[in-house]
Amino acid sequence: MKDIKIVTKNLNLFYGEKQALKNITLNIPDKKVTAFIGPSGCGKSTFLRVLNRMNDLIDNVKIDGEVSVDGVNIYDKNIDVVNLRKNIGMVFQKSNLFPKTIYENIVYGPKINGIKDKKTLDEIVERTCQQSAIWDEVKDRLNENALSLSGGQQQRLCIARALAVEPEIILMDEPASALDPISTAKIEELIHELKQKYTIVIVTHNMQQAARVSDMTAFFYLGELIEFDRTTKIFTNPSKKQTEDYVTGRFG
Amino acid sequence: MLELRKKKKDFVGSISIWFVRIMFFSLVIALVLLIGKIVQQGIGSISLEFILDDPKNNMTEGGIFPAIFGTIAVTLIMILLAVPLGVCSAIYLNEYAKDSFFTRIIRTSINNLAGIPSIVFGLFGLGFFILFIGRGMDDVLETGLLFGQPALIWASATLAVLVLPIVIVSTLEALNSVPKSHRDASYGLGATKWQTIKNVVLPQARPGILTGTILAISRGAGETAPILFLGAAFFLPNLPITDLCIGDYCIPIINPAKQFMYLAYHIFILATQSSNPTKTLPIQYGSTLVLIVLTFMLNITAIIFRYRFRKALGRL
Repeated sequence: MKDIKIVTKNLNLFYGEKQALKNITLNIPDKKVTAFIGPSGCGKSTFLRVLNRMNDLIDNVKIDGEVSVDGVNIYDKNIDVVNLRKNIGMVFQKSNLFPKTIYENIVYGPKINGIKDKKTLDEIVERTCQQSAIWDEVKDRLNENALSLSGGQQQRLCIARALAVEPEIILMDEPASALDPISTAKIEELIHELKQKYTIVIVTHNMQQAARVSDMTAFFYLGELIEFDRTTKIFTNPSKKQTEDYVTGRFG
Repeated sequence: MLELRKKKKDFVGSISIWFVRIMFFSLVIALVLLIGKIVQQGIGSISLEFILDDPKNNMTEGGIFPAIFGTIAVTLIMILLAVPLGVCSAIYLNEYAKDSFFTRIIRTSINNLAGIPSIVFGLFGLGFFILFIGRGMDDVLETGLLFGQPALIWASATLAVLVLPIVIVSTLEALNSVPKSHRDASYGLGATKWQTIKNVVLPQARPGILTGTILAISRGAGETAPILFLGAAFFLPNLPITDLCIGDYCIPIINPAKQFMYLAYHIFILATQSSNPTKTLPIQYGSTLVLIVLTFMLNITAIIFRYRFRKALGRL
């Protein structure tokens, strides 16, 4: 299948003895927005972190099953995790900008990848800031501390920073959960723009947000994938009772 | 109607606050008395000559310059030895070492090291640095008695071991305080572990590392016991300096093989082995005042660095 970017097959994940993900099989389409919804603790963030192997950083995590990106098993022994994470960018729930200038935050990724040329770096900063719709707000203050920006600006700068390493996939872990409605709207608009070029996977608590931004939606419950389908179908005519109860707000 | 009037006084609360206040002011008074006494007794003997002259006439006259110089030299070399070693150890313990029985023993040992009486470090320095390493080097290199005798470098090394736990513990705390989310961000952008430590963790830990350095300076510069057997001299007319010549061009450098005078030790001998206590008492207080000011000045330097690092992080 040409338009499938990420495939997981029978994926199980354990934190020590506790099983956090049960037998997840899922195909994430290329250049589309896929949303993961579900109540807290259902495993959706854990699953997201499986996709760029962020769980490797936690002790005591065991994973079996298969995860492949473009047909390559990313849990293979020969995979360079560092390279993998360059190709799969991540935006976190809370903005985690470094206490450096705006400019330095964006060029952090390119710099560790060995780009030294000042002109190239300048171009990257301008391009990514344009892409993440923050250029007009920061172009005159690139040398100010990034932490002086507002919460919404910081989150968009995090997206710009993720774009700077030119990933193909962007994982977003509740990127707007700590933001006000206006900033949230900006982020959602941005997601719409970005899906022209990138495959986006977004975890969200906010069902309206999933309905607004995503093409596909996966509903997780207690570590299991209950249903995965087109977003319109999930929200209007889900095939599972649990999904219907959740999206209509009867529980969760 | 809401009951808005105060009901009754919170006695326990106000007693606690007053207790804390009294404790605080007793501390301030003690400090003021201590420093006041030293300043009052010592200020009279402070003069440019006192700072820049050698001791004369069996310590009853003259200045304390060799002792000031020795203190700065020993402390600087101590910092050069202790900070890299301590910071690297802390990075290893915090970032690389797995939490095992073995690393826990190491952590506990480091904390216990800070509680060992300083005279023990002096004996350790004599036994380990001078007799074991120094004499060992002499035997191997057949240099007679060159390394195996008291010298500035051994004193600095011993003080470095003494302040090592301070540097390690404060660096550990600083590394720990770097938010996990910043590390995640760095890994998420495809950074390796070392790149993350170098570019994200260490810059943020720098103020904490400097706090450790500041504490280490204060501790090291004020110690007497560890350097008793390690090259601190009663009286030396010459500074521990040698000219380093490259061709015709010579610059004076601190010679780590020489013996030295040390302010804290100088105060100790003035107080215990003075030939004329009436004459040496003002010198003794003067030296104490100089030691305090000197430590303070070394600290200020580190504090200025810390301030600038913090400002760079936007966390003031």
